[in-house]
Amino acid sequence: MSFIDRGIRSLLLTEIVKGMALTLSYMFRPKATIDYPAEKGPLSPRFRGEHALRRYPTGEERCIACKLCEAICPAQAITIEAEPRSDGSRRTTRYDIDMTKCIYCGFCQEACPVDAIVEGPNYEYATETREELFYNKEKLLENGEIWEREIAANIAADAPYR
Amino acid sequence: MVELWNNYIWPFAWIVLLVLAIVVPLLLAVAYLTLLERRVMGFMQMRWGANVVGPFGLLQPLADGAKLFLKETIIPTGANRVVFVIAPMLTFILAFIAWAVIPFDDGLVLSDINVGVLYLFAISSLGVYGIVMAGWASNSRYAFLGALRSAAQMVSYEVSIGFVMVTVLVVVGSLNLTDIVMAQKEGMWFFIPLFPMFVIFFISALAETNRHPFDLPEAEAELVAGYQVEYSSMTFALFFLGEYANMILMSGITTILFLGGWLPPFDIAPFNWLPGPLWFFLKVLFLLFVFIWVRATLPRYRYDQLMRLGWKVFLPLSLFWVVVTSAVVVAFDLFPAK
Repeated sequence: MSFIDRGIRSLLLTEIVKGMALTLSYMFRPKATIDYPAEKGPLSPRFRGEHALRRYPTGEERCIACKLCEAICPAQAITIEAEPRSDGSRRTTRYDIDMTKCIYCGFCQEACPVDAIVEGPNYEYATETREELFYNKEKLLENGEIWEREIAANIAADAPYR
Repeated sequence: MVELWNNYIWPFAWIVLLVLAIVVPLLLAVAYLTLLERRVMGFMQMRWGANVVGPFGLLQPLADGAKLFLKETIIPTGANRVVFVIAPMLTFILAFIAWAVIPFDDGLVLSDINVGVLYLFAISSLGVYGIVMAGWASNSRYAFLGALRSAAQMVSYEVSIGFVMVTVLVVVGSLNLTDIVMAQKEGMWFFIPLFPMFVIFFISALAETNRHPFDLPEAEAELVAGYQVEYSSMTFALFFLGEYANMILMSGITTILFLGGWLPPFDIAPFNWLPGPLWFFLKVLFLLFVFIWVRATLPRYRYDQLMRLGWKVFLPLSLFWVVVTSAVVVAFDLFPAK
């Protein structure tokens, strides 16, 4: 008897009608679309975006030129040169990140003993030329100034899990 | 000289005007059908669809048109140039000349001929030539395979479309499209007594216009774009317009044969205030929505399944229903005396 059952079902298009009803119901569901430039999706505090070099609240730069980030960087995107400063402390004279090489793994941030190099929440830094993506120390410190509040809040939010 | 003007030039100008009055709104409708498709498909997939160009995306079809118009027309070296260029024109023209016999209201028809159904059938059968010519002239294996599939598919489904039309003709007793609609005014719309035929006709119309789930000729996944693969710019646009005009045409034919053409659903106060052409438009719009709805729902048929459905299901079923309808008409002496 099952072939009669099957025959009637396929003749009456029951499955197709069910499927059509489902797509119709989807038509009235809320849309998943995010209207991007006007509306943005939520970001985790752990989001790894554009890099920044931070400073202490006193204005002193955090980076002590230990070169751990340069050593761990799997893409070898970081280049550091260092010299003792006039006051005897060890500081970088050059801190470059080639953003076209960077794979955004976040190892530099993990390796940093003083939370100097971090990956901030910014992901909108597309440029028109390749050269603009070769970040130097000046650019990275500037990013640190722009994003300090967000970066500090993210580090604080993630602190209990580390 | 006066005679020349009165007998030839003015009537010709008048006909051209009437043709434009049909073709221009039709072209607009085709353009906005593409937008409707993108919006409805988007909604069914929980997206917004094209909503950026103009309010609600209403300028999107114009932007698409301008883009296609400004592209370069590429003709492959191996192609047969003449046939390659004629093919899209043929598809486009055939999709539009069928509208000559479609009545939009009682008497509102370009040419009220007595063999309207036959004319429509002839035109829609010719539609396959545009595709076959395109596939052959492209000199590309994808295009060739797409065209072969399309030819076989359209021929198969025309058979069942023919039988469905025959049942309607048996009930009406006339090949004139206006008569067919008027016959539904006295009784009921034919989709009620002939419901199985209505469904078969609609599904065959999907196959006839190469729409989902029967879009094997252009099956993106396997044939890239089928017979359209070598086309670009306006030659492609003509195929595209022709295909969508065909969708509107098949919806129009379905409306006339089964959904009572320009007639309101009930001939009482709030319904018969709306003019006939508006009812016609609304019914066509509904059917086009179903076309898109089906596309958003169903996956593509396999080729052998398509052929099986056409020859082993629809053909016997429609043939059976022709016999049943004729038997009922004869047994109860319902044959319309003409």
